[in-house]
Amino acid sequence: MTAEAISEGRAGNDFWDGVRLSMPVVVASAPFAVLFGALAVDNGFSVLEAFLMSAMIYGGASQMVGIELFGQHVAPWLIVLSIFAVNFRHVLYSAGIGRRIAHWPLLQQAAGYFILTDPQFAIAEARAESGRPVGFVWYLGLGLPVYVFWVIESGLGAVFGKMIPDTHALGIDFLLPIYFLGLVLGFRKRPLWAPVVAASAVASIIAYRTVGSPWHVSIGAIAGVLLAVILPPHHSGVGKRP
Amino acid sequence: MSTTFWIILAGAIATYLTRVGGHLVISRFENIHPRVEAGLNAVPAAVLTTLVAPAVLGAGPAEWAALIVTAVVSLRGGLMAMFLAGAAVLILARQFAG
Repeated sequence: MTAEAISEGRAGNDFWDGVRLSMPVVVASAPFAVLFGALAVDNGFSVLEAFLMSAMIYGGASQMVGIELFGQHVAPWLIVLSIFAVNFRHVLYSAGIGRRIAHWPLLQQAAGYFILTDPQFAIAEARAESGRPVGFVWYLGLGLPVYVFWVIESGLGAVFGKMIPDTHALGIDFLLPIYFLGLVLGFRKRPLWAPVVAASAVASIIAYRTVGSPWHVSIGAIAGVLLAVILPPHHSGVGKRP
Repeated sequence: MSTTFWIILAGAIATYLTRVGGHLVISRFENIHPRVEAGLNAVPAAVLTTLVAPAVLGAGPAEWAALIVTAVVSLRGGLMAMFLAGAAVLILARQFAG
Protein backbone atom coordinates (compact mmCIF):
# COMPACT_ATOMS: atom_id res chain seq x y z
CA MET A 1 0.00 0.00 0.00
CA THR A 2 1.13 3.51 -0.68
CA ALA A 3 1.34 6.59 1.46
CA GLU A 4 -2.02 7.64 0.06
CA ALA A 5 -3.69 4.70 1.71
CA ILE A 6 -2.14 5.19 5.16
CA SER A 7 -5.29 6.79 6.42
CA GLU A 8 -7.71 4.16 5.25
CA GLY A 9 -10.89 6.15 5.81
CA ARG A 10 -9.62 8.93 3.63
CA ALA A 11 -8.71 6.49 0.86
CA GLY A 12 -12.16 4.91 1.05
CA ASN A 13 -13.75 8.32 0.65
CA ASP A 14 -11.53 9.08 -2.31
CA PHE A 15 -12.51 5.79 -3.92
CA TRP A 16 -16.23 6.46 -3.56
CA ASP A 17 -15.81 10.04 -4.75
CA GLY A 18 -14.41 8.54 -7.94
CA VAL A 19 -17.18 5.96 -8.19
CA ARG A 20 -19.82 8.70 -7.92
CA LEU A 21 -18.26 10.58 -10.83
CA SER A 22 -18.09 7.39 -12.86
CA MET A 23 -21.85 6.83 -12.85
CA PRO A 24 -22.79 9.12 -15.79
CA VAL A 25 -20.00 7.48 -17.78
CA VAL A 26 -21.31 4.01 -16.93
CA VAL A 27 -24.82 5.04 -18.05
CA ALA A 28 -23.66 6.74 -21.24
CA SER A 29 -21.37 3.92 -22.33
CA ALA A 30 -23.69 0.99 -21.48
CA PRO A 31 -25.67 1.07 -24.76
CA PHE A 32 -22.45 1.16 -26.75
CA ALA A 33 -20.98 -1.79 -24.89
CA VAL A 34 -24.10 -3.86 -25.59
CA LEU A 35 -24.22 -2.63 -29.18
CA PHE A 36 -20.55 -3.48 -29.64
CA GLY A 37 -21.06 -7.02 -28.38
CA ALA A 38 -24.04 -7.53 -30.68
CA LEU A 39 -22.26 -6.11 -33.75
CA ALA A 40 -19.09 -8.08 -33.01
CA VAL A 41 -20.96 -11.40 -33.11
CA ASP A 42 -22.83 -10.17 -36.18
CA ASN A 43 -19.47 -9.56 -37.90
CA GLY A 44 -18.08 -12.99 -37.16
CA PHE A 45 -16.55 -12.68 -33.68
CA SER A 46 -17.20 -15.33 -31.06
CA VAL A 47 -18.64 -14.25 -27.70
CA LEU A 48 -15.23 -14.83 -26.09
CA GLU A 49 -13.49 -12.70 -28.73
CA ALA A 50 -15.96 -9.84 -28.25
CA PHE A 51 -15.37 -10.05 -24.51
CA LEU A 52 -11.57 -10.15 -24.97
CA MET A 53 -11.56 -7.16 -27.33
CA SER A 54 -13.43 -5.05 -24.76
CA ALA A 55 -11.18 -6.25 -21.94
CA MET A 56 -7.89 -5.72 -23.79
CA ILE A 57 -8.45 -2.70 -26.03
CA TYR A 58 -11.09 -0.89 -23.93
CA GLY A 59 -11.78 1.86 -26.47
CA GLY A 60 -15.34 1.95 -27.78
CA ALA A 61 -14.97 3.79 -31.08
CA SER A 62 -11.86 1.85 -32.08
CA GLN A 63 -13.55 -1.46 -31.27
CA MET A 64 -16.53 -0.52 -33.46
CA VAL A 65 -14.23 0.38 -36.35
CA GLY A 66 -12.26 -2.82 -35.81
CA ILE A 67 -15.24 -5.19 -36.02
CA GLU A 68 -16.72 -3.25 -38.95
CA LEU A 69 -13.51 -3.73 -40.97
CA PHE A 70 -13.27 -7.33 -39.79
CA GLY A 71 -16.77 -7.98 -41.13
CA GLN A 72 -15.67 -6.55 -44.50
CA HIS A 73 -12.68 -8.96 -44.55
CA VAL A 74 -10.12 -6.14 -44.57
CA ALA A 75 -6.47 -7.22 -44.13
CA PRO A 76 -5.56 -7.72 -40.43
CA TRP A 77 -2.71 -5.18 -40.44
CA LEU A 78 -5.07 -2.53 -41.80
CA ILE A 79 -7.57 -3.29 -39.03
CA VAL A 80 -4.84 -2.83 -36.41
CA LEU A 81 -3.68 0.40 -38.08
CA SER A 82 -7.26 1.72 -38.06
CA ILE A 83 -7.61 0.91 -34.36
CA PHE A 84 -4.37 2.82 -33.79
CA ALA A 85 -5.64 5.78 -35.84
CA VAL A 86 -8.93 5.99 -33.96
CA ASN A 87 -7.11 5.85 -30.63
CA PHE A 88 -4.36 8.26 -31.59
CA ARG A 89 -5.95 11.12 -29.59
CA HIS A 90 -4.88 9.30 -26.42
CA VAL A 91 -1.30 10.41 -27.13
CA LEU A 92 -2.41 13.93 -26.22
CA TYR A 93 -4.29 12.68 -23.13
CA SER A 94 -1.25 10.80 -21.92
CA ALA A 95 1.00 13.82 -22.40
CA GLY A 96 -1.47 15.95 -20.44
CA ILE A 97 -2.26 13.58 -17.56
CA GLY A 98 1.37 12.54 -17.08
CA ARG A 99 1.94 15.79 -15.20
CA ARG A 100 -0.76 14.86 -12.67
CA ILE A 101 0.19 11.25 -11.93
CA ALA A 102 3.98 11.30 -12.24
CA HIS A 103 4.29 10.83 -8.44
CA TRP A 104 2.54 7.42 -8.48
CA PRO A 105 4.56 4.19 -8.26
CA LEU A 106 5.39 2.82 -11.71
CA LEU A 107 2.91 -0.10 -11.67
CA GLN A 108 0.07 2.22 -10.67
CA GLN A 109 0.99 4.56 -13.52
CA ALA A 110 1.04 1.61 -15.95
CA ALA A 111 -2.45 0.62 -14.81
CA GLY A 112 -3.60 4.25 -14.89
CA TYR A 113 -2.61 4.65 -18.53
CA PHE A 114 -4.41 1.43 -19.44
CA ILE A 115 -7.79 2.89 -18.39
CA LEU A 116 -7.10 6.38 -19.80
CA THR A 117 -10.33 6.92 -21.76
CA ASP A 118 -11.93 10.22 -22.88
CA PRO A 119 -14.01 10.75 -19.71
CA GLN A 120 -11.26 9.41 -17.46
CA PHE A 121 -8.90 12.04 -18.82
CA ALA A 122 -11.42 14.87 -18.77
CA ILE A 123 -12.61 14.23 -15.21
CA ALA A 124 -9.06 13.76 -13.88
CA GLU A 125 -7.97 16.99 -15.59
CA ALA A 126 -10.93 18.82 -14.09
CA ARG A 127 -9.97 17.55 -10.62
CA ALA A 128 -6.35 18.64 -11.06
CA GLU A 129 -7.56 22.05 -12.24
CA SER A 130 -9.67 22.51 -9.11
CA GLY A 131 -6.49 22.07 -7.06
CA ARG A 132 -7.29 18.66 -5.56
CA PRO A 133 -4.76 15.81 -5.87
CA VAL A 134 -5.29 13.13 -8.52
CA GLY A 135 -4.55 10.09 -6.36
CA PHE A 136 -4.46 6.50 -7.52
CA VAL A 137 -7.35 5.39 -5.29
CA TRP A 138 -9.62 8.16 -6.56
CA TYR A 139 -8.57 7.52 -10.16
CA LEU A 140 -9.32 3.81 -9.76
CA GLY A 141 -12.73 4.57 -8.24
CA LEU A 142 -13.49 6.62 -11.33
CA GLY A 143 -12.15 4.13 -13.87
CA LEU A 144 -12.84 0.67 -12.46
CA PRO A 145 -16.68 0.72 -12.61
CA VAL A 146 -16.56 1.98 -16.20
CA TYR A 147 -14.15 -0.80 -17.17
CA VAL A 148 -15.99 -3.60 -15.38
CA PHE A 149 -19.40 -2.58 -16.77
CA TRP A 150 -17.94 -2.09 -20.25
CA VAL A 151 -16.50 -5.60 -20.37
CA ILE A 152 -19.53 -7.34 -18.83
CA GLU A 153 -22.01 -5.46 -21.02
CA SER A 154 -20.00 -6.27 -24.14
CA GLY A 155 -20.31 -9.96 -23.24
CA LEU A 156 -24.05 -9.57 -22.59
CA GLY A 157 -24.49 -7.81 -25.95
CA ALA A 158 -22.62 -10.62 -27.68
CA VAL A 159 -24.86 -13.24 -26.07
CA PHE A 160 -28.21 -11.44 -26.26
CA GLY A 161 -27.55 -9.09 -29.22
CA LYS A 162 -30.61 -10.10 -31.20
CA MET A 163 -32.94 -8.61 -28.58
CA ILE A 164 -31.86 -4.96 -28.86
CA PRO A 165 -34.84 -2.60 -29.27
CA ASP A 166 -35.12 0.49 -31.50
CA THR A 167 -31.94 2.36 -30.60
CA HIS A 168 -32.89 5.55 -32.49
CA ALA A 169 -36.10 6.18 -30.51
CA LEU A 170 -34.12 5.70 -27.29
CA GLY A 171 -31.61 8.32 -28.44
CA ILE A 172 -28.71 5.95 -27.92
CA ASP A 173 -26.75 7.06 -30.99
CA PHE A 174 -26.52 10.64 -29.69
CA LEU A 175 -25.82 10.06 -25.98
CA LEU A 176 -22.06 10.36 -26.33
CA PRO A 177 -22.06 13.73 -28.16
CA ILE A 178 -24.31 15.07 -25.38
CA TYR A 179 -21.97 13.75 -22.73
CA PHE A 180 -18.86 15.05 -24.47
CA LEU A 181 -20.43 18.50 -24.92
CA GLY A 182 -20.95 18.59 -21.16
CA LEU A 183 -17.28 17.73 -20.63
CA VAL A 184 -16.14 20.43 -23.09
CA LEU A 185 -18.25 23.04 -21.27
CA GLY A 186 -16.78 21.93 -17.96
CA PHE A 187 -13.43 23.39 -19.08
CA ARG A 188 -14.87 26.77 -20.10
CA LYS A 189 -12.98 28.70 -17.39
CA ARG A 190 -9.59 27.69 -18.78
CA PRO A 191 -7.58 30.35 -20.59
CA LEU A 192 -8.01 30.25 -24.38
CA TRP A 193 -11.03 27.93 -24.05
CA ALA A 194 -13.23 29.66 -26.63
CA PRO A 195 -10.59 30.08 -29.37
CA VAL A 196 -9.37 26.49 -28.85
CA VAL A 197 -12.91 25.11 -29.09
CA ALA A 198 -13.58 27.22 -32.20
CA ALA A 199 -10.36 26.14 -33.91
CA SER A 200 -10.90 22.45 -33.10
CA ALA A 201 -14.54 22.56 -34.18
CA VAL A 202 -13.82 24.18 -37.54
CA ALA A 203 -10.78 22.02 -38.27
CA SER A 204 -12.51 18.77 -37.30
CA ILE A 205 -15.58 19.56 -39.41
CA ILE A 206 -13.45 20.44 -42.45
CA ALA A 207 -11.32 17.30 -41.94
CA TYR A 208 -14.46 15.19 -41.45
CA ARG A 209 -15.78 16.40 -44.79
CA THR A 210 -12.48 16.07 -46.67
CA VAL A 211 -10.02 13.57 -45.14
CA GLY A 212 -12.76 11.64 -43.38
CA SER A 213 -13.13 9.78 -40.09
CA PRO A 214 -11.25 8.97 -37.85
CA TRP A 215 -8.57 11.47 -38.85
CA HIS A 216 -10.84 14.45 -38.14
CA VAL A 217 -10.29 13.80 -34.43
CA SER A 218 -6.48 14.06 -34.54
CA ILE A 219 -6.50 16.91 -37.08
CA GLY A 220 -9.07 18.94 -35.14
CA ALA A 221 -7.32 18.30 -31.83
CA ILE A 222 -3.93 19.33 -33.19
CA ALA A 223 -5.44 22.54 -34.61
CA GLY A 224 -6.75 23.54 -31.17
CA VAL A 225 -3.54 22.60 -29.35
CA LEU A 226 -1.36 24.41 -31.91
CA LEU A 227 -3.42 27.55 -31.53
CA ALA A 228 -2.77 27.49 -27.77
CA VAL A 229 0.96 26.97 -28.41
CA ILE A 230 1.21 29.77 -30.96
CA LEU A 231 -0.75 32.46 -29.11
CA PRO A 232 1.44 34.68 -26.89
CA PRO A 233 1.85 33.35 -23.31
CA HIS A 234 -0.06 36.23 -21.68
CA HIS A 235 -3.20 34.81 -23.31
CA SER A 236 -2.66 31.26 -22.14
CA GLY A 237 -2.01 32.10 -18.49
CA VAL A 238 1.10 29.90 -18.15
CA GLY A 239 4.72 30.89 -17.74
CA LYS A 240 3.85 33.76 -15.42
CA ARG A 241 6.30 33.35 -12.58
CA PRO A 242 5.32 35.32 -9.48
CA MET B 1 -4.57 -19.06 -31.90
CA SER B 2 -7.02 -17.56 -34.40
CA THR B 3 -6.37 -14.53 -36.62
CA THR B 4 -9.04 -12.70 -34.64
CA PHE B 5 -7.11 -13.18 -31.46
CA TRP B 6 -3.95 -11.76 -32.99
CA ILE B 7 -5.86 -8.75 -34.32
CA ILE B 8 -7.22 -8.12 -30.83
CA LEU B 9 -3.80 -8.49 -29.22
CA ALA B 10 -2.07 -6.20 -31.74
CA GLY B 11 -4.92 -3.70 -31.45
CA ALA B 12 -4.55 -3.77 -27.67
CA ILE B 13 -0.81 -3.13 -27.86
CA ALA B 14 -1.30 -0.31 -30.38
CA THR B 15 -3.94 1.24 -28.13
CA TYR B 16 -1.79 1.00 -25.02
CA LEU B 17 1.06 2.67 -26.90
CA THR B 18 -1.20 5.68 -27.62
CA ARG B 19 -2.25 5.79 -23.94
CA VAL B 20 1.29 5.81 -22.61
CA GLY B 21 3.18 7.30 -25.58
CA GLY B 22 2.49 10.98 -24.99
CA HIS B 23 3.71 10.70 -21.42
CA LEU B 24 6.87 8.82 -22.45
CA VAL B 25 7.74 11.57 -24.93
CA ILE B 26 6.95 14.50 -22.62
CA SER B 27 8.71 13.00 -19.58
CA ARG B 28 12.05 13.00 -21.47
CA PHE B 29 12.19 16.76 -21.04
CA GLU B 30 13.38 18.23 -17.73
CA ASN B 31 11.44 21.43 -18.06
CA ILE B 32 8.25 21.90 -19.99
CA HIS B 33 8.33 25.06 -22.09
CA PRO B 34 5.44 27.43 -21.21
CA ARG B 35 4.14 27.17 -24.76
CA VAL B 36 4.07 23.37 -24.57
CA GLU B 37 2.30 23.67 -21.23
CA ALA B 38 -0.26 25.99 -22.81
CA GLY B 39 -0.75 23.39 -25.52
CA LEU B 40 -1.23 20.59 -22.97
CA ASN B 41 -3.75 22.69 -21.08
CA ALA B 42 -5.72 23.03 -24.32
CA VAL B 43 -5.88 19.24 -24.86
CA PRO B 44 -9.23 18.50 -23.14
CA ALA B 45 -11.21 21.18 -24.97
CA ALA B 46 -9.41 20.53 -28.26
CA VAL B 47 -9.92 16.76 -28.38
CA LEU B 48 -13.39 16.57 -26.87
CA THR B 49 -14.64 19.26 -29.25
CA THR B 50 -13.73 17.10 -32.24
CA LEU B 51 -15.92 14.32 -30.82
CA VAL B 52 -18.90 16.69 -30.75
CA ALA B 53 -18.59 19.13 -33.67
CA PRO B 54 -19.15 16.84 -36.70
CA ALA B 55 -22.06 15.14 -34.89
CA VAL B 56 -23.67 18.53 -34.20
CA LEU B 57 -23.44 19.56 -37.83
CA GLY B 58 -24.98 16.33 -39.07
CA ALA B 59 -27.81 16.40 -36.49
CA GLY B 60 -31.42 17.60 -36.64
CA PRO B 61 -33.76 19.71 -34.44
CA ALA B 62 -34.22 17.01 -31.79
CA GLU B 63 -30.47 16.69 -31.28
CA TRP B 64 -29.92 20.45 -31.28
CA ALA B 65 -32.63 20.92 -28.65
CA ALA B 66 -30.90 18.31 -26.50
CA LEU B 67 -27.52 20.00 -26.89
CA ILE B 68 -28.89 23.45 -26.03
CA VAL B 69 -30.52 22.09 -22.86
CA THR B 70 -27.29 20.27 -22.01
CA ALA B 71 -25.33 23.50 -22.39
CA VAL B 72 -27.76 25.51 -20.24
CA VAL B 73 -27.87 22.90 -17.47
CA SER B 74 -24.08 22.55 -17.49
CA LEU B 75 -23.75 26.23 -16.51
CA ARG B 76 -25.30 25.41 -13.13
CA GLY B 77 -25.64 21.67 -12.56
CA GLY B 78 -23.17 18.82 -12.30
CA LEU B 79 -22.19 16.28 -14.92
CA MET B 80 -24.98 13.83 -14.08
CA ALA B 81 -27.74 16.47 -14.08
CA MET B 82 -26.50 17.84 -17.37
CA PHE B 83 -26.32 14.42 -19.00
CA LEU B 84 -29.74 13.25 -17.81
CA ALA B 85 -31.40 16.53 -18.87
CA GLY B 86 -29.87 16.33 -22.34
CA ALA B 87 -30.81 12.66 -22.77
CA ALA B 88 -34.39 13.27 -21.57
CA VAL B 89 -34.88 16.15 -24.03
CA LEU B 90 -33.42 14.06 -26.84
CA ILE B 91 -35.74 11.09 -26.24
CA LEU B 92 -38.77 13.38 -25.86
CA ALA B 93 -37.95 15.46 -28.94
CA ARG B 94 -37.41 12.36 -31.06
CA GLN B 95 -40.94 11.17 -30.29
CA PHE B 96 -42.13 14.28 -32.18
CA ALA B 97 -39.35 15.17 -34.59
CA GLY B 98 -38.46 11.54 -35.45
